[in-house]
Amino acid sequence: MWRDAVLVAGKDLHIEGRAKVALNQVGPYAVVVLLLFGFAFDQDRPLLVQAAPGLFWMAVLFSGLLAVQRSFTLETADGAVDGLRLSRLEPAGIFLGKAAAVGAQLLVLEALLAAGIVVLFHSELTGAALLAASALVSTAGVSAAGVAYAALSMGLRVRETLLPLLLAPVLAPIVLAATEAWRVALGLSSGDGWRWLGLLGCFAAIYLAGGVLSFGALMEET
Amino acid sequence: MRSARVPSSTRATRALGWSALAALAVTTWWGLWVSPPDVVQGQFVRMLYVHPAVATMCYAGFGVCALASVAWLWPRLRSPRWDRLAVAGAEVGSVFCAATLLTGSIWGRASWGVWWTWDARLTLTAILFALSLGYLALRRAIDNPHSRALVSSMVALLMALTVIVDHYATDWFVTLHQGETLLTPDPTVHGWQLATMLVSFLGFGLLFAWMVVHRYRLEVLEERYETEGFAFALQARRAESRDAGTSGRALAPAVPAVGTAAAPAPLRAAPAVEVPVR
Repeated sequence: MWRDAVLVAGKDLHIEGRAKVALNQVGPYAVVVLLLFGFAFDQDRPLLVQAAPGLFWMAVLFSGLLAVQRSFTLETADGAVDGLRLSRLEPAGIFLGKAAAVGAQLLVLEALLAAGIVVLFHSELTGAALLAASALVSTAGVSAAGVAYAALSMGLRVRETLLPLLLAPVLAPIVLAATEAWRVALGLSSGDGWRWLGLLGCFAAIYLAGGVLSFGALMEET
Repeated sequence: MRSARVPSSTRATRALGWSALAALAVTTWWGLWVSPPDVVQGQFVRMLYVHPAVATMCYAGFGVCALASVAWLWPRLRSPRWDRLAVAGAEVGSVFCAATLLTGSIWGRASWGVWWTWDARLTLTAILFALSLGYLALRRAIDNPHSRALVSSMVALLMALTVIVDHYATDWFVTLHQGETLLTPDPTVHGWQLATMLVSFLGFGLLFAWMVVHRYRLEVLEERYETEGFAFALQARRAESRDAGTSGRALAPAVPAVGTAAAPAPLRAAPAVEVPVR
């Protein structure tokens, strides 16, 4: 399973490295979203600093939707998914590989967005350990749920509109917990950030386990 | 061709509907005229006879959906009837979930002074409602019945998880929303208030059951319409081809509307209609 996961992740990242869609389209889109948040808050600096963690994770959510859609557009084009089904790779390995590839892209995107909130919103990135740990665990959860739901809606005519409707409520607890963890790390809240990290870990584990168990059936049916 | 008529109700469902109406009438009477106002909440305590029962039926709907989905996923129990029950539960649960958010919002305005607050219970209920809308949209997007049942069963399990977290949100998180009122060793509701609240649970429970039964029946009729409607159109087309072949006319391009009374005469020789498995 792990070998298959590495193969699939390598394949997806290799394609992404050549096509550069994440670099040329998703990344700039995420920065534009941050800029629009700035306009929406009328460049109110104290308010932007307070809201920065939430805006950051909303930008990750929007960009993550594009990244998972892109990940499965690769498979649906020219019936590539049939090749994947017939490849004798373990479905759980395919799931983990695709989730790892999406996760790697999201981590790069998060680094870009973190630089964005420092420059645009004047946030100071304190509490690096909590920031990094919550970003890693949240990314695992977002990419696992995203890949599972993208597989679920892969063969549907209305997948472009259905996927955000299905995925956004599922990712809402992750966005909520990650925002709270980041608020604590950035010194904007006095709560226990590591408890929020524990909650994030629970959601990420559930989504990863759900994806590993269901991906084979989803690949066959959609 | 005439298909067997499926009645829209039976004596049992009519009794269920009338019982629900009677229990809700008693709830209204006791709730508005018999039950006294509360010392703290005043007249707004009357929301107690609507909101908790509606919220419980919301959970019941998604619970029915989850159990039916598990039954469908279980290979030895797999049957289309579980899928029909799952969609019936989810749809009725969604209606009650919307009613829960609406009545909760009204009660929140009276108690807390705001229509909405970012409380764990409220937020999770809103997420549950969004999940249920996604579940129903997903079902409409998949044509193959087997794929639809499989995929929606998986989503239903996630909804069930949200229901559990939502139910225990008042214990697990610091919330404005009050916790258990009835199912505690020392209930905080007594007398007419308790009696009215119990009748409201009975009334909304019967209404819930009546709605699920009718939604299930509607699902059966929809499946039957799809299967028989297709077979009917196919037969009509074949009959037209035979007519065109014998009389030398060109094949008519239009297929008669499904289910019209004026069916072509050659339908008498058409093969039997496939009836969906029930």
